Amino acid sequence: MKHLLLGLLVFFSQNTLAVTALSVTEITSGIFVHFGNHELPNKTNHGAVANIGFIVGDSCVAVIDTGGNPEQGYALKKAIEQTTDKPVCYVINTHVHPDHIYGNIAFKQKGVKFIGHKKLARAMATRGAYYIEKANEQLDIKLQEKHIIAPDKEVKKHLFIDLGGRKLRLTAHPTAHTDNDLTVFDQKTNTLWMSDLLFIEHLPVIDGSLKGWLTELNRMEKHHYQYVVPGHGPVVTDWPKSLQPEKHYLNTLLVEIREMLAQGRFIEEAIETVGYSEKDKWKLFDQFHKRNVTTAFAELEWE
Amino acid sequence: MAATETIQYYKLIARIKLMNNKIKLSLILMLLVPLVSFAAKDESKWNNSLKNQYFSGVSIQESNDVIEIEAPYRAEDPALVPIKIISKIKQTQQNYIKKITVFVDQNPFPLVGEFGLTPETGKANLAMRVRVNSYSYIRAVAEMSDGKFYMSKKFVKASGGCSAPIGADLDAAMKRLGKVKFKVGKDMQLGEPVATQLLISHPNITGMQMDQVTRFIKKSHFVNQLKVTFNDKVVLTAKIDIAISADPNFRFYFIPNKRGTLKAEFTDMSCESPISRAVCVKGKEYSSEYQVSP
Repeated sequence: MKHLLLGLLVFFSQNTLAVTALSVTEITSGIFVHFGNHELPNKTNHGAVANIGFIVGDSCVAVIDTGGNPEQGYALKKAIEQTTDKPVCYVINTHVHPDHIYGNIAFKQKGVKFIGHKKLARAMATRGAYYIEKANEQLDIKLQEKHIIAPDKEVKKHLFIDLGGRKLRLTAHPTAHTDNDLTVFDQKTNTLWMSDLLFIEHLPVIDGSLKGWLTELNRMEKHHYQYVVPGHGPVVTDWPKSLQPEKHYLNTLLVEIREMLAQGRFIEEAIETVGYSEKDKWKLFDQFHKRNVTTAFAELEWE
Repeated sequence: MAATETIQYYKLIARIKLMNNKIKLSLILMLLVPLVSFAAKDESKWNNSLKNQYFSGVSIQESNDVIEIEAPYRAEDPALVPIKIISKIKQTQQNYIKKITVFVDQNPFPLVGEFGLTPETGKANLAMRVRVNSYSYIRAVAEMSDGKFYMSKKFVKASGGCSAPIGADLDAAMKRLGKVKFKVGKDMQLGEPVATQLLISHPNITGMQMDQVTRFIKKSHFVNQLKVTFNDKVVLTAKIDIAISADPNFRFYFIPNKRGTLKAEFTDMSCESPISRAVCVKGKEYSSEYQVSP
């Protein structure tokens, strides 16, 4: 991890020179993932913390999430160029969070279609101005409106795309991690790219609906997948076993918050008491847990 | 950090790459310190504009003896920061807190709201949920029935990461729009001030300005006036704005001196600009009742 940190720092000091290719791992035939570190987006990592990558077909490439800053997007593009001579035809944004969409501009060119959940553009509109304002202050990157690139193609429920001998099924989910989550299923290798619907090691972050998220997980748990790519954490090969910690965390919040509401207790108390049995099981617990309880409490008091 | 400093800094980091791991780690930790920015506790917005705009010619005493504001050290979720105002005095006909005005200095529209209170309130405690955009003072100014003013303030650090100061699920709030819940304290006793919670389902949209990029245009849409009565006597009035979180949620007190009806009446409105209230259109009127039997 220290090396990666150093690598990033060195990389950003040299970003006026040639772009260095992002490190990627081929998890199964034609599916390449760059694994992010479990860190809070900050001025040192410039927001480059998520898993991002691409899938290569016989005729073209689909990028899945573009990174936490424009430079990471260019580094991903370089990695694609070093892997295959096929052109990029699609950029799929799995949801609105900065660590997944800030590299979009690296792929903005003729022949590339951007795809997102039907609510992604609205989420970009509601958050965009704030995100741009904070990018400099929190991530030490310069961001402008042109960097927030909305989808050309919106997924209402399902969308099939063909990369040449390789069909991907895109699914727009009801509100879960966010209100604009999109997953990508590769039929050829039975791989599901879940992005931030699945957190491994890194505490799950609720920015949509706790109940909605659990509903989606319960549904997805019944399927069999060979490989599952989380938004944060290593690739999963034992589905649904590796899903259980996340489910358990979300369920704990659900049960304990409902109990507090039944007792007529308030949000401030819930923030300080709910879910702390989970503390030692997760990375970045202190950074995200209180926020999760806040969001979940505000949702559950309308049950 | 100036640009040249930054380049030197990164050169240094590159050099450290050649050293052994232990030394590397400690050096990096040392080097990272200057990267952490400590936002100054800036009061210029209050001193230079807000104070004159809202309290022109008024002398305000800074003190936690009349009211004290409580807020978390860090705004974990910038869309929903629970704050409390604790009253240190009894609301009597002779001496009471008439109005509490709340600000988040560094928000695009700093006024959170003006809350009118009466002796019927019993106890001038308030709790609400606010949006906090960046490192900011949150302050509450109490206006007394005798015309004196007292102010309490608290500095709140902004959160980082993927958070944004809007609601998590707009459509869910929109579907429930106008729905109201009252929750009266289970310890209610005849004639004693009782803690009461009012929940209003409303997305309280701050307004969206990214239409060039996303072709998406949406004006602000928020609850702007609220009145709570008990048996037609005013308990609480509020003139509020977009700094109130989605699904506005207030806690206050009233005195249940007999059986009766708690009633919440509120209106919403829509404005052209998120930072100006010059061009606005009135929205709907809402009303909800709740029977109380102490």
